[in-house]
Amino acid sequence: MTTLTFQGHDVPCDPDETVLKALERYGIAVPNSCRAGVCQSCLMRATQGTPPLSAQQGIKNTLAAQGYFLACMCKPTQDMALSLPDESAVQRVRATVVQRRYLNDDILLFQLLPDERFEYQAGQFLQIHRPDGLVRSYSIASVSQTDPFIDLHIRLLPNGNMTQWLHNEVTEGSTLEISGANGNCFYIEGNPNRKLLLVGTGSGLAPLWGVLRSALYAGHQGEIHLFHGSWNPKGLYLQQELNALAERYPQFYYHACVDAEAEYNHEIGRADSLAFRHIPDVTSWQVYLCGHPEMVKGAKRTAFLRGANLPDIYADPFVLSTSG
Amino acid sequence: MSDANTSLYERLGGAAAVDLAVNNFYRKVLVDDRINAFFDGVDMERQAAKQKAFLTFVFGGPNNYTGLDMRKGHAHLVARGLNDSHFDAVVENLGATLHELGVSDADIAEVAALAETTRNDVLGR
Repeated sequence: MTTLTFQGHDVPCDPDETVLKALERYGIAVPNSCRAGVCQSCLMRATQGTPPLSAQQGIKNTLAAQGYFLACMCKPTQDMALSLPDESAVQRVRATVVQRRYLNDDILLFQLLPDERFEYQAGQFLQIHRPDGLVRSYSIASVSQTDPFIDLHIRLLPNGNMTQWLHNEVTEGSTLEISGANGNCFYIEGNPNRKLLLVGTGSGLAPLWGVLRSALYAGHQGEIHLFHGSWNPKGLYLQQELNALAERYPQFYYHACVDAEAEYNHEIGRADSLAFRHIPDVTSWQVYLCGHPEMVKGAKRTAFLRGANLPDIYADPFVLSTSG
Repeated sequence: MSDANTSLYERLGGAAAVDLAVNNFYRKVLVDDRINAFFDGVDMERQAAKQKAFLTFVFGGPNNYTGLDMRKGHAHLVARGLNDSHFDAVVENLGATLHELGVSDADIAEVAALAETTRNDVLGR
């Protein structure tokens, strides 16, 4: 048992309990989102004591050196005094909603224009901060080198706190606070002949659309296969744009996958099953998996067993935090 | 027996050999129906990192192996029925992996002997 000192409270932390859970159990709310060490929403700082290295994975070296760590990943091994991050550690940027429109029945495109420079790679994710402190992460679909705005594909969840707010109250012209971008699900230059397999379901298309377009923009020559899946055709979107890219770039193949109500241009079955049926051996491929958590988990294992190395498999973690 | 002047770890090719072996070893384990149920739902990166540490140890490389970690790390699996037959299956997969990479039978036997030293800790005895 260790003790965490935070805002004047001595909070007991059980062995095997994370800092985030201990604080919540005590009744203290701190920002968090994915609870899996990815989104960095729960960044905190140890002003006394040292967090375990495993709680600092993925954060900037300069922050780690100052004692920053991720509360959701931190099982303390000693007593620590904690603080919330300084303003400078998590820079929030204001961004204007320039356009919003439906991409299909339940996915909204938000196009944001940040007030200041906001660096990102297509396929990374950013956080939206609601004024009351709620934070959610969304993948970035736009390509910073070519697109004027930051594009997000936001699926409306019936009970999603953030998505309901975005849907009902955030109109064109509204401003949002964003931070980021983080994540390593993006196109890596320097290997233009490598084959790329992109598999996504639902709004998991957002980062893949970003990865695809940054690959093409960078002049990628190797085959790129995108399998986008949905239960029925209504869940697919950007089909015209994807078909146009497939016509223009012979190295790009678009596979629209549906389970039901297939039309002539659809393939029938789950996106990941179809992907590995078409491409049984993915040795030395780069694989990007985004969307339904079960699909991502299963496809990751399959990709590995079919020859891809783990560091070459990028899984978009976002849809994993389904609390919307 | 091999040249006594070079360590097993060096003969096998050091860290690069571990990196090469770990992917193949992990794949074999995941498709082995005798043991793959024990790996359901685990974080694959974390598991690969653990296997890398294990391979470094059984290659006789630099490690901070502790029997206690091994014991704690497998206690939940022992509770689910992990036993000698599963341990043997893992060693078998390890041997097959090394064989495919062209490691000599004598070196594989040395690796297996080092793996053997973890048996009681893994099985919580």
